[in-house]
Amino acid sequence: MTEQIIFLEDLERDALTELVNIGVSRSAVSLRKMVGEQVILSVPSLELMTRTAAAKLIREQENEDLVAVCQDFEGAFSGRALLIFPEDSSLALAHAVAGGPLLGDEAHLMEDEALAETGNVVLNGCLASMANMLKRRLTLSLPMVLRGNGKLLFEATEVEADRRVVLFLYINFAINDRDVRGYIAMLMDLPSLGILKGLVNDFIARVVGPDEPGVV
Amino acid sequence: MGATILIVDDSKLARIVMGKAITALQPEWTRVEAGNADEALAIVDRQAVDVAVLDFNMPGLDGLALAAELRRRFPAMSIAVATANVQDEVVAGARAVNATFISKPVTEDGMRGFLSGAALRLRSAGQ
Repeated sequence: MTEQIIFLEDLERDALTELVNIGVSRSAVSLRKMVGEQVILSVPSLELMTRTAAAKLIREQENEDLVAVCQDFEGAFSGRALLIFPEDSSLALAHAVAGGPLLGDEAHLMEDEALAETGNVVLNGCLASMANMLKRRLTLSLPMVLRGNGKLLFEATEVEADRRVVLFLYINFAINDRDVRGYIAMLMDLPSLGILKGLVNDFIARVVGPDEPGVV
Repeated sequence: MGATILIVDDSKLARIVMGKAITALQPEWTRVEAGNADEALAIVDRQAVDVAVLDFNMPGLDGLALAAELRRRFPAMSIAVATANVQDEVVAGARAVNATFISKPVTEDGMRGFLSGAALRLRSAGQ
């Protein structure tokens, strides 16, 4: 376990946080255009933990059921990106994106559609920025809307995988005046993390250059 | 001319990258660094700073709030906010305190305009 906890060196962790920060900042610009209000972001937090612990971390902060838009990504590294909201916020966001309350029999479907589209813009924007900076291509699955608790959102297909350590990345966000708040989260498996570590080091070497002593 | 430039970013990597660009473009300038707004304010309390480049999204006071505080204390300081977060409100916030935008990830090209402008202002103020 210790080996996994120290898996990322300080500067690698710093670089990865910065990459996520830039990716999410760009996504916030797109999301702001969709909802017409400022999107406020927290500083990203990045930890190695099991899927179960990640689910618990989110569950402990939320009393309500959660709604999430999720997209799996594959390429040089793979994992799952999620845009997560408490249920009330998801409804408020869908209204903000649609420009008014969704009414009638199809309101529920429309809500899911608005959420999927929002998730697509935010997650795609963030992952594409990161992939570009790391000079690798990522393929994203279509957005899926999931409802339930943290466990459902993060769980892997095989039961034993839930105990495996993943890289868990999350950012809190809120939309001014809209009562919308939630999380942008990313889960990455350890085999992917090994490759990501290499790419992050390449990125550091590119932006720092060869002549900075004692950095890389 | 020996100007002093303050780099404020919670990311060490970002500070290294900005520092390198500054060294390449203004080799005569002295660089000082801070990892957050509190450290930055402590620095400007004890030494003269002519130019400041601030990260936006930092723990504690963000870059815009720090820019506003620096502007209040130093009306003539050249200030830039470095971020990929160009939401209208953030842009307006920077304009309101007369700060320039530098887009992240920071490159030498991206810093050139701001640094030349700052150097020009320093020279004309020195005359």
